[in-house]
Amino acid sequence: MHSKKPFYILVILLFISGITASVFRGIEHNVPFLPGEQIQSWAVDAKVSFQGTGEPAEVSFALPHDPAFEVLVENASSPGYGLTINKDNPLDHRVLWSVRAANGLQNLYYKVTLIPTGITKINALEEPVTPQPYVWPATEKDAAKQVIDKVWGMSATNLTFAQQLNKALNATERSQNVELLLSSNSPTKLFLHMLHNKGIPAQEVSGLFLEDQRRRQQLTNFVEVYNEGEWLLFNPADGTQGRSDNVLLWDRSGKSTLDVTGGVNSKVNFSMLQDTRSALATSIDVMKSKGTFDFSLYQLPLEEQSLFKGILLIPIGVLMVVFLRVIVGLKTSGTFMPVLIALSFIQTTLVTGLIGFILIVACGLMIRSYLSQLNLLLISRISAVIIVVIGIIGLFTLLSYKFGLSEGLTITFFPMIILAWTIERMSILWEEEGPKEVVLQGGGSLLVATLAYLAMSATWIQHWVFNFLGIHLVILAAVLLMGQYTGYRLLELRRFKPLAGE
Amino acid sequence: MRLEFANPSLLRKSGVLGMNKRNIDYIGRYNPRKFYKRVDDKLTTKQLAIDNDIAVPALIGVVREQHEIEAIPAMVNEEDGFVIKPSKGSGGKGILVITKVEAGRYFKPNGQEVSHSEIYRHVSNILSGLFSLGGSPDVAIVEGLIQFDPVFDGYSYEGVPDIRLIVYKGFPVMGMLRLSTAASDGKANLHQGAVGVGVDIGTGKGLHAVQFDTPIDVHPDTNKKLTDIEVPHWDFLLNTASKAYEMSEMGYLGTDMVLDKVKGPLLLELNARPGLAIQIANGRGILPYLDHVDSLGNHNMTVSERVEYAKKHFCHSDKL
Repeated sequence: MHSKKPFYILVILLFISGITASVFRGIEHNVPFLPGEQIQSWAVDAKVSFQGTGEPAEVSFALPHDPAFEVLVENASSPGYGLTINKDNPLDHRVLWSVRAANGLQNLYYKVTLIPTGITKINALEEPVTPQPYVWPATEKDAAKQVIDKVWGMSATNLTFAQQLNKALNATERSQNVELLLSSNSPTKLFLHMLHNKGIPAQEVSGLFLEDQRRRQQLTNFVEVYNEGEWLLFNPADGTQGRSDNVLLWDRSGKSTLDVTGGVNSKVNFSMLQDTRSALATSIDVMKSKGTFDFSLYQLPLEEQSLFKGILLIPIGVLMVVFLRVIVGLKTSGTFMPVLIALSFIQTTLVTGLIGFILIVACGLMIRSYLSQLNLLLISRISAVIIVVIGIIGLFTLLSYKFGLSEGLTITFFPMIILAWTIERMSILWEEEGPKEVVLQGGGSLLVATLAYLAMSATWIQHWVFNFLGIHLVILAAVLLMGQYTGYRLLELRRFKPLAGE
Repeated sequence: MRLEFANPSLLRKSGVLGMNKRNIDYIGRYNPRKFYKRVDDKLTTKQLAIDNDIAVPALIGVVREQHEIEAIPAMVNEEDGFVIKPSKGSGGKGILVITKVEAGRYFKPNGQEVSHSEIYRHVSNILSGLFSLGGSPDVAIVEGLIQFDPVFDGYSYEGVPDIRLIVYKGFPVMGMLRLSTAASDGKANLHQGAVGVGVDIGTGKGLHAVQFDTPIDVHPDTNKKLTDIEVPHWDFLLNTASKAYEMSEMGYLGTDMVLDKVKGPLLLELNARPGLAIQIANGRGILPYLDHVDSLGNHNMTVSERVEYAKKHFCHSDKL
């Protein structure tokens, strides 16, 4: 006998690659592991307005760049303007509007939909250069030196220096020196200059506080301080450190957020809206926008997608049948007929399906018993049964329509050829072994079909088999493995009970 | 009905063979696909048996085409009774037994008359493949009725008792006598309610009996004690079964034989997928016997040597 090693290696490979593919799908593409999962998304509108002077105008506007948020959709609207979105520099995404002549009030819009990624840490792409020390005006020099020296003394590292400094600038009872410095500097600038004085890399960034249904919001200035490969966020205006979930970093370029040439009184306003959307639809949109969409079922037209949703359920039904036959030991009439019946149940729902199936088979058996007296050839008899089955289905559909039972209309989903064969076999079974065996075997098939239906109709299973195709490799591995199972079937334990020894 | 499950490790210890293991380790491994026709097609089996000097029930005729059905009455004109069966049937499906032919009228064992049109329809169904595996077109065999040996009188109700032997690599390893009952409607199939009596390979004596997988002591219809049975022509039966191995080249084989009053033991059919109820009828698992045969490795024994070996070692009084 040949070695089973390659077989087990194959099974293990299938299992591992199936699981890996599914987990990759879930983590890398953010496909939710459970169906119906919802996530929050933010729609942010930026409105840039300025007064045109009749000259050619150029508007350069920084775009949000924040690892904590992923851009799902973005677009800029600006009738009559030339539009370029520049994304070459990873730190400095900008949109550039241009027009030959701008007269009067101009409004330009940029809309973006963002989804939180949960990554609040900002890693530095490269080691920042040590900043040039700030040169203080003569009037501020001593005051600044005293403040810096005092805070420096109370700190141990760059980080603690920044923390202490932020605290000192926002203390309820600030020293004379601080008050003096703040009278001529904004807290942000002051904080930045003092950090630069000690050679600590820091830069000004602007961020937006996201709040549902807010309009006419302005950007808030923050300071990023570099510490051990990471940029940490400080808000010198209120002395807080770190970032809350509702802060969106808009501009980290260190340059101005909005540049307008050929216009005056330029300003930018933000309005925002929180939205709840399906996590699955969102991750599909993200895949689409990232271009990782090429080789997946999602790119099929919707009609084919829904077809595949049905087809991909069959492995589940097949797995159920293999399990119930090989491990449990149930008998079914026709190996995979229960799977086909279960597929129809998905269309008809369980109770309607069961009633419909029993009605059709019962009526079919009655008509078949008449046909059996005619001494027809088997082929023509089955053909006659098929036509009669269609008639029965038509009749039931019509009757249920007349009685206003919309459930009855789904009866047409039963595969007619299968039904005809079922009726034929049941009828022979009836003649050969009596009605008891018909009820037993038919009941067994319906039981397996019902169990297969319950497995196939579970929403999370439907979600998994369509969105995590790797699961099919796992099913394949399980089916192969069960094909090698030489142990006892569950029902054999009962059957062979008398042999179990004293 | 109480649901009682056996502990699988106890079953394994008793050497009980399960369906999955049978399919993979015995049928899948020792029954080559290409030889299945020899056992699945009863007409081929019959031909092979005749070529190998194994006695079989008389062949009255074969019906291959629809129009040949008309010839049946003429065919059976001289017979006292006859059996119509599908050549590729399984599990006793599609077998029609006529025990009495009287002036062109046919009667079943229970005395019920069977009309010509019923025969016509039955044969037509056989030809269309209704009873054959996979529904492939089939032929109908018309066989002479077996005049069964009166030794089993009182043990069988209406039908013909048959003797099932499991032959593993040419060694008869387990035997069972199948007796029809009122519940089985004269048929000898255990799942239809026939009684199975485990028979000692060494002596041909009854050991233990079951109906519907439950041990019983007496025949449900005749109340005769089943373990008193002793099968006559036992050596001959063992030899025939053992010969069927060479003939079919199936490593794991079920042979079904009947005892005819006049012709002695006849080979009825072979089975490449014999059921497992024989273990319950014998009150023990079959695996120790199969393992014993495996332990012999490649041997060069003749049919009679194998039978002698089996009688000596697979005797139930002998502890394995």
